[in-house]
Amino acid sequence: MLELALKGDKKYWGWVIALLAVIGVAFAVYLKQLDFGLGITGMSRDVSWGFYIAQFTFLVGVAAGGVMVVLPRYLHDYKAFGRITILGEFLAIAAVVMCLLFIIADLGQPMRAFNVILYPTPGSVLFWDMIVLNGYLLLNIVIGWNVLEAERNNIHYAKWVKPLIITSIIWAPAIHTVTAFLYCGLPGRGFWMTAILAPRFLASAFAAGPALLILLCLIIRKVTKFDPGKEQIQSLAKIVTYAIIINVFFLLCEVFVVFYSRIPSHMSHMQYLFAGLHGHGALVPWMWTSMTLMATSIVLLVIPAARKNESILAFTCVILFIGTWIDKGMGMISGGFVPNPLHHVTEYMPTLPEILITLGVYATGLLILTILFKVAVGVKEEVGGLKDSCESC
Amino acid sequence: MGNSRRSFLKVAGITALGIGTKPVLDVFASSGGNGAEPKSEVSQNEESLTAKRWGMVIDTRKFHSAEDLDPIIEACHKIHNVPELTEPRHKIMWLWGDEYKHVFTHREHELINDRIKHLPFLVLCNHCEKPACVRACPTKATFKRDDGIVLMDFHRCIGCRFCMAACPYGSRSFNFRDPRPFIKEENKEFPTRMKGVVEKCNFCAERLAVGKMPACVEASNGAITVGDLDDSESEVRELLRTNYTIRRKPDLGAGPSVYYIV
Repeated sequence: MLELALKGDKKYWGWVIALLAVIGVAFAVYLKQLDFGLGITGMSRDVSWGFYIAQFTFLVGVAAGGVMVVLPRYLHDYKAFGRITILGEFLAIAAVVMCLLFIIADLGQPMRAFNVILYPTPGSVLFWDMIVLNGYLLLNIVIGWNVLEAERNNIHYAKWVKPLIITSIIWAPAIHTVTAFLYCGLPGRGFWMTAILAPRFLASAFAAGPALLILLCLIIRKVTKFDPGKEQIQSLAKIVTYAIIINVFFLLCEVFVVFYSRIPSHMSHMQYLFAGLHGHGALVPWMWTSMTLMATSIVLLVIPAARKNESILAFTCVILFIGTWIDKGMGMISGGFVPNPLHHVTEYMPTLPEILITLGVYATGLLILTILFKVAVGVKEEVGGLKDSCESC
Repeated sequence: MGNSRRSFLKVAGITALGIGTKPVLDVFASSGGNGAEPKSEVSQNEESLTAKRWGMVIDTRKFHSAEDLDPIIEACHKIHNVPELTEPRHKIMWLWGDEYKHVFTHREHELINDRIKHLPFLVLCNHCEKPACVRACPTKATFKRDDGIVLMDFHRCIGCRFCMAACPYGSRSFNFRDPRPFIKEENKEFPTRMKGVVEKCNFCAERLAVGKMPACVEASNGAITVGDLDDSESEVRELLRTNYTIRRKPDLGAGPSVYYIV
């Protein structure tokens, strides 16, 4: 099926070459990081995880969010999603690959990464994260490819694929739960030490992932002959609505516990993020932007007329995606490190090389996504998914 | 030809899979049972100083200002080839001084007496009974010895910095760049580190092994004492018995082995 990705018009190849150019530049910067060390980033002794780990965390959510089309399709037999499950699965593949690349980019000694397997340590959450992420990647590759190939040949997918699909549905929340456990089990990091961290991660994942999927569906409709469908997009929009409301609700629960109890080791991080601490407040405008964007997106999603208008919906999904990205991709990780365990405030901001490497990983993910979606849409166009009747899916 | 190539690849693949999974299986096989874990016999230096559980008592009454701490910190950093980096973000610290309100974050109060308020306290790895860093490390590059000392294997560390996030005392440093150009005078008896690995105080394990006291103890004029916490006759136990001592963040349950007489 991969040959479908080799046939494209000028725009397609222009896009692919543009992504490759970004990847090329970022790779050169990465070689510099490999040579100099992680000192070219903004990370420090106090804020020892930065942009890379934050992007990794956010993208685990996007990957897990893909399950929101798979689950209704297979557990609730919601047939409409049959048209787009493959998009969810392929999005998950691209997102997990980015996650793994961000982990590699963050390692001080990446050539020793295999030590995690050579000296397996089940007591370390990182060991389990390695297992769940690679497992989820493999599951989605096998499932996505087989189901799509069956669709192309106009046959039902093989029987052995079904148990894998069920496994992947359970696996999706697991990847984000384990990722939350990386943080919430650490003594002395009050910001993350909350049992609601994993649920919060999942809520934001199930908002950001499907929101991105809506945007991708709208783009696909515009640039290809395949229409993912109006009903499909509206169903996704409802999922996004519930998820973002739950996400903000969880956040408010945190705010109550932290500020009503007034325990400094928990409160100081929130103070730093939203009001600034001891004169340091680099993230304050970002966090309030995030809150405003998420709140606005809730309003626009809850009003039926606004949600049903696809232009407004597209705008809503963009601001929701940015809002959740700032929350998780900027505040969540460095917020946990400021102040440090000795209550000193060292601020963190990514450096230019760090941002370029980050862009390179995103470009790699987009390239994988482009190729996979090109294949998927090619198959859909072949089998005539242009009409609304799709019986095999 | 093609056939033999294929079978070669098959065997190679299975072998690679075997190499990859064997250690994983070993761990799962050994972690459940209380069966004898294979232990290699290492003969010990007869002069080495040993303890069932190493601990440290710092008598802060013997310090008056930051200058009193400097020679101790210098002694430690010098023999361990700790680089002096000018960029504050990249600082490597094994032993350093900080104020009471930063060291004992849960105990500070505004009306504390002036001596305590302005006195710098020595801060180092606490060699915890239940070290969070050891638990977090995905490669066992950091590990706790039977005698309680928490050590690092600089050659196994992948530089993921999970241990730094896990340590509630901020005791760990990461080599954000090659530290070697920043070592003033290299001590050939102790290894230097490379970029991309984490390091911290090692309780002078290399000195204890040859019968020497930790460098900070030697440089402290009797303000720092180390010894066996499990031996009721030891000097540290005597100090703990006769003085009121505090530890950093005891509420976290990590069980720090460094005690402070205030």
